[in-house]
Amino acid sequence: MAYSDKVLDHYNNPRNVGSLDKSAENVGTGMVGAPECGDVMKLQIKVNDANGIIEDAKFKTFGCGSAIASSSLATEWLKGKTVDEALAIKNTDIVNELSLPPVKIHCSVLAEDAIKAAIGDYRSKQAKRVPAGQKAEHTVA
Amino acid sequence: MKTPIYLDNHATTQMDPRVLDAMLPYFTKYFGNAASRNHEFGWVAEQAVDKARKQIADLIGASAREIIFTSGATESDNLAIKGVAEMYAEKGNHIITAATEHKAVLDTCKKLEKNGYRVTYLPVKGDGLIDLDMLREAITDKTILVTIMYANNEIGVLQPVAEIGKICREKGVLFHTDGVQAIGKVPVDVNRDHIDLMSITAHKLYGPKGVGALYVRRKNPRVQLTAQMDGGGHERGMRSGTLNVPGIVGLGEACAICQREMPEETKRLQYLRDKLRNKLESELDEVYLNGSWEHRLPHSLNLSFAYVEGESLLMGINDVAVSSGSACTSATLEPSYVLKALGLGDDIAHSSIRFGIGRFNTEEEIDYVAEKLINVVRKLRELSPLYEMAKEGIDLSKVSWVTD
Repeated sequence: MAYSDKVLDHYNNPRNVGSLDKSAENVGTGMVGAPECGDVMKLQIKVNDANGIIEDAKFKTFGCGSAIASSSLATEWLKGKTVDEALAIKNTDIVNELSLPPVKIHCSVLAEDAIKAAIGDYRSKQAKRVPAGQKAEHTVA
Repeated sequence: MKTPIYLDNHATTQMDPRVLDAMLPYFTKYFGNAASRNHEFGWVAEQAVDKARKQIADLIGASAREIIFTSGATESDNLAIKGVAEMYAEKGNHIITAATEHKAVLDTCKKLEKNGYRVTYLPVKGDGLIDLDMLREAITDKTILVTIMYANNEIGVLQPVAEIGKICREKGVLFHTDGVQAIGKVPVDVNRDHIDLMSITAHKLYGPKGVGALYVRRKNPRVQLTAQMDGGGHERGMRSGTLNVPGIVGLGEACAICQREMPEETKRLQYLRDKLRNKLESELDEVYLNGSWEHRLPHSLNLSFAYVEGESLLMGINDVAVSSGSACTSATLEPSYVLKALGLGDDIAHSSIRFGIGRFNTEEEIDYVAEKLINVVRKLRELSPLYEMAKEGIDLSKVSWVTD
């Protein structure tokens, strides 16, 4: 299979590889996929408490080159966005940016799922956060 | 050293220049039809075919008259299995094969099932070999054919062919083996191994594509086949069609070279194969061998690199030609059925790489591939959430994964 230049670039120079402290209250972790399916993505976001902006994003992916590229691209896009803006990222945006062929569309779906899972985790942490005299600043309904 | 490096010699092999030299005159100068009995052109072609028949027969301990030329092993498998099924239909309708056979055998058997035949697909053990007791028990008075490959194309394991042949002989059942991966690589002897039919192809042993043969035993027992193509009655009526003389000359020469050079070539390939394995295993943790080590082709290696997906591995070694059992590299998006038949988890199948070392590979190439692969596996494990979890002591089999 021939890979697009952008997929190759992300594969050769993956952005934002690594892990954030998953127990931190302002970190949301999403882990999607399964080893037997050949794809597992872990995507994490760190949200700035003051302004609700995603100030850091990290990923680790077990999967083909397109899966690695999809999650690497996702972390690039997440940084600097608000949580709501991040939720607007669609798998089709990833497909277009990376020129993924039809058989690799599931990689982009997985990346979107990982974003949603990370945000879901972050929000559920925020919801549980006991407001010690103050409200959580940016809980979103 | 030139790249890309070819390490996919189970898929096909580079033709040996000596084979090409032998073939060339038969395209232009000696172009006759081997079936033309009344002129010089035909006689020359026939002589060349006869010589090739003998070269092939010598390599497998057969007699020249037992070699039927075909277009390749897929045709040979079809002719053997369908030809026996039709010819011996009155005796019975049961065929035994194994789960790890090549599709040319499995799909032929499936076709026969649709036509009323019964097929038993023997499972294999964790090492890829069939259980001889299960074979013995599977044979009934309706069984007409056992078809089990000599060596597996994905994991390179050698089936206990001599024992299978012995059991078949005792029970009066014909034994066909797809010999494609083994012939020319390990000593094959149709009498020692009690083989009644064997598929052969030229392009796996440094010969040309598009030509193969079927060994058909002529005595003790005399095997008969129903032809699958109608026509001029060539090849003792078993396979009609004008003979591919240059291709046949190439197959014969390829066999002769293999026979002459096998002892030395085996040693050299085995040395390279072992070196590759040792290097990878000494530098990387959690590398798993797929299939028996003891019962294995000398040039064959199939390894799984845990926590790393096969297609991404191939991407990282894009100047090395190998294959993976990963779903992502297959048209069906299913991981290799052969690896699954060993009882391996899908995750290990996704992480597998098949190496096939060949006549034209050098030690320098093997060192390069090993080095490169070690770096890529390390890099991808840095990227792998599974590797991270495993290092944290998490049992991945107990994780509940989020899937659609």
